Amino acid sequence: MTLRNRELAALLTVGALTAIGFATVYIALKSQISGGSLGYAVFFFGLYLVAHVVARLTVPLADPYLLPMAALLTAIGVTEIYRLGPSNAFRQGLWVVIGVAVFGATLFWLRHDYRVLERYKYVFGVTAIFLLFLPLAPGIGETINGSRLWIHFGGLQFQPGELGKIALIVFLAAYLREKREVLAQGRLKDWGPLLVIWGGAMLVLFATDDLGSALLYYGIFVAMLYVATARIAFVAGAIGLFLVGAFAVSQGTPHVRERVTNWLSPWSTHPINCPGSPVKLLRQDCQSYQQVQGLYSIGHGGFGGTGLGHGIFTGTTGRQVIPDLNTDFIYAALAQELGLIGVAALLLLYMAFVLRGFRIALSATDGFSKLLAAGLSFSFAFQTFVIVGGITRVIPLTGITLPFVSYGGSSVVANFLLVAGLLLISNRANRELSGA
Amino acid sequence: MNKQLRHISVAALVLLAVLIVSTTYWQTWAQADLADRKDNSVTNILRLTIDRGKILAADGTVLADNRKTHKHGLTIFTRHYPQNDLASQVVGYATNAGTTTGLEQSLDDYLTGANTNLSNSISQELDRLGGQTVHGDDVYLTLRPAIQRLALNELGGRCGAVVVLDTHTGAVVAMASSPTYNANLITHHYSQIAKIRGSCGDASALQNNATVGLYPPGSTFKMVTAAAALDSGAYTPSSPFNDPGYCVEYGKHVSNAGNPDQNGPEAFGNVSLEQGFEHSINSVFCKVGMHIGGLKILDYAKRFGFYSVPPLETPPDESAASGLYKFDKHGRRLWTPTTNNEIDSGRLAFGQFNMLATPLQMALVGAAIANKGVVPKPYLVQKIVGSNGTTVSKTTPQDLGQAIKPQTAAELNQMMQLVVQGGTAAGIFPSSLRVAGKTGTAELGLGTVYDAWFVCFAPADNPRYAVAVVVEKQPNGFGASISAPIAKAILEKLLGG
Repeated sequence: MTLRNRELAALLTVGALTAIGFATVYIALKSQISGGSLGYAVFFFGLYLVAHVVARLTVPLADPYLLPMAALLTAIGVTEIYRLGPSNAFRQGLWVVIGVAVFGATLFWLRHDYRVLERYKYVFGVTAIFLLFLPLAPGIGETINGSRLWIHFGGLQFQPGELGKIALIVFLAAYLREKREVLAQGRLKDWGPLLVIWGGAMLVLFATDDLGSALLYYGIFVAMLYVATARIAFVAGAIGLFLVGAFAVSQGTPHVRERVTNWLSPWSTHPINCPGSPVKLLRQDCQSYQQVQGLYSIGHGGFGGTGLGHGIFTGTTGRQVIPDLNTDFIYAALAQELGLIGVAALLLLYMAFVLRGFRIALSATDGFSKLLAAGLSFSFAFQTFVIVGGITRVIPLTGITLPFVSYGGSSVVANFLLVAGLLLISNRANRELSGA
Repeated sequence: MNKQLRHISVAALVLLAVLIVSTTYWQTWAQADLADRKDNSVTNILRLTIDRGKILAADGTVLADNRKTHKHGLTIFTRHYPQNDLASQVVGYATNAGTTTGLEQSLDDYLTGANTNLSNSISQELDRLGGQTVHGDDVYLTLRPAIQRLALNELGGRCGAVVVLDTHTGAVVAMASSPTYNANLITHHYSQIAKIRGSCGDASALQNNATVGLYPPGSTFKMVTAAAALDSGAYTPSSPFNDPGYCVEYGKHVSNAGNPDQNGPEAFGNVSLEQGFEHSINSVFCKVGMHIGGLKILDYAKRFGFYSVPPLETPPDESAASGLYKFDKHGRRLWTPTTNNEIDSGRLAFGQFNMLATPLQMALVGAAIANKGVVPKPYLVQKIVGSNGTTVSKTTPQDLGQAIKPQTAAELNQMMQLVVQGGTAAGIFPSSLRVAGKTGTAELGLGTVYDAWFVCFAPADNPRYAVAVVVEKQPNGFGASISAPIAKAILEKLLGG
């Protein structure tokens, strides 16, 4: 079987799973939703078939499992989004259309040699910084949950940081490929770029209060720096600098400090001052409300979960108990309905995806491709760690999306770009392998 | 670069593996802990979606059921009490916010279907998996609504309580506490209910006076003293006494004149123990108490159940143990003396000193005498029936032990009949009811304001029901004039006299 036929076969399996998922939700919530909305399942499957056809035409030798795994993750996400609010599933569908269009355009544009990107590395670097600071621009920036990381045009909300992440990885891959020998020698003046990026991350943290993005960007940077230089001292130094810097910044920014307190002791026994409330409240009823309600949702799922559609997410007022349930906190919803079995399988799927990504990095023949594939794969794993680790109290909670699963346009588009990049690298590596 | 790539891929996989571990922790180890937290919205919402079991009276009258509403895709069950104020302190309440009291609290596991038999638990688990409503078990009580309502009406808003027991089984036929409240108003009018004080000025409608109300038993305690006197062999009903109108204890006169319960002259002269009981003569019992000693009296009190919380199905903290209480700056606490010197035995013998008793405890004393000396184990729950109709549990009557010999019980029975025929409670009960009883008019140190008691059982020759009545803080109100008529109304209804 050719690689693309294998991909098609896997996609058909995913299509069947999606149909089962939607049917389960429909049966569980018959009284509230109409059967017509089951069309979403067909619609999503159709979009992935389009993506498959584009891949067949442009990257015939690329890894056949990435696209079906991405499709499965999207299907899990969209099924849960549909269960939480069918109208959002429709909007997510529109974003997937845009995502597939961007995916197709990228593959088509770079089908001959994506390495031209290396030439524009500073364009990507500037773009990454521009996108990161865009929410600070007056008029279009918006503060949600204490972090300024959204922009809006008319009715459309967008998190530019998600796209900035891809731009940063392209820039770092090109920059580190060029400078890796010099950096590896470790002379003091060569620490300059490292310090610049550290300063940038701290500035982001300070200016936007966005601990999640700062952590993600910095993590990607440290990982790629290690791949390029093989210097474990850089990693240790970079982590140390980050901790010192983050501590210093947290002293000045109450939002960051509060997140650390919520992480260490989310439950208080005595009422404390609660911003926005005239009376003192327990911390779990105020600042750490989202965190603990997320844990309650996960705990209620137990080993086998309540089953799709049977989870408890809305109270008697009809309002959702957990804020941002279908975006940042979708993992808490999945853990309740699918249980430990379900979310452990989900995390294994992320692992499989990451492993395929690193396999591509290993098989690539040039430094830029290796670094790019490693950066994309690591960012995928690390972003999952930052949000799920935040929800499950491994690290302080920071708002960031769960790749492919969370509701959100910027996230969908950025992740389609990520898959496109990995497919391009894989296609080239396999072409060289078979050509040689 | 491939070596670093392998390292970093392992690091990435480890990060993801950590997430599986952390999720496992919350979904297994910490799960029960999370579920128990008060602010857990999931369990709080889930509780509202359970079709809580009904609470029904002995005749099937519904005391608690649910009102079903649909809100935002959830089917919500809100507790409703069709009989309003009938047995609010016994049944208690369960609010949507999760607060429970009374049987609603102690039987919560049955009512929510969490604690049931196997066949029920399987059908409930299937309901849960299928997203169907979980139905709790129905609880059938021993209470008879007509008697309960009569008792409440007879109390008429005065502070006090009425307890009616089946003397053979210990089944609680009525347990009325006054002042009472409408349990349907708890959610929206709690503060008004909490302010209800009753005619006595310091009662609480939320408290079950029958089980936590501690009152000086006054002369009704003479049943216990007489039981100790006769059962220990120290006296017989005909043992002679001379009543000069007082008794000397620790060199001081304890005068009969202070006893509002006594009828007849202040000084009776030569009487028997039986007559002392019949006319509630304090000096006679004062002498008995000093002779047999306070510890002996307390020993018999314990046999009747004093000094332990009666094993009722209501929450343990909604029942109190009767016995001697000490008062200090921390409030009152149960006190167990170890020598006779610590006890004012003469006063204890007629139910004063630091003796406090609940109406339920005094009803148990009456029931034990009626039941040939065996103390029945009181119970409120007759049976629990699962949502699929199977019986989850059924109460088998039990007893708490033999308090006194059958011979002693028979003698006390006789003495209590004398009280009704020609003693302190003479002329109240029609002879057809064949009542045996004891009055009590407890001094409170408030001048002529008394707690009025009456404890009795009927029919005396073949007892079926024991009744204890207490009405608090009655100005010039005696056990005979205030409480005995309430017992009469109840016994007439029960025995059709």
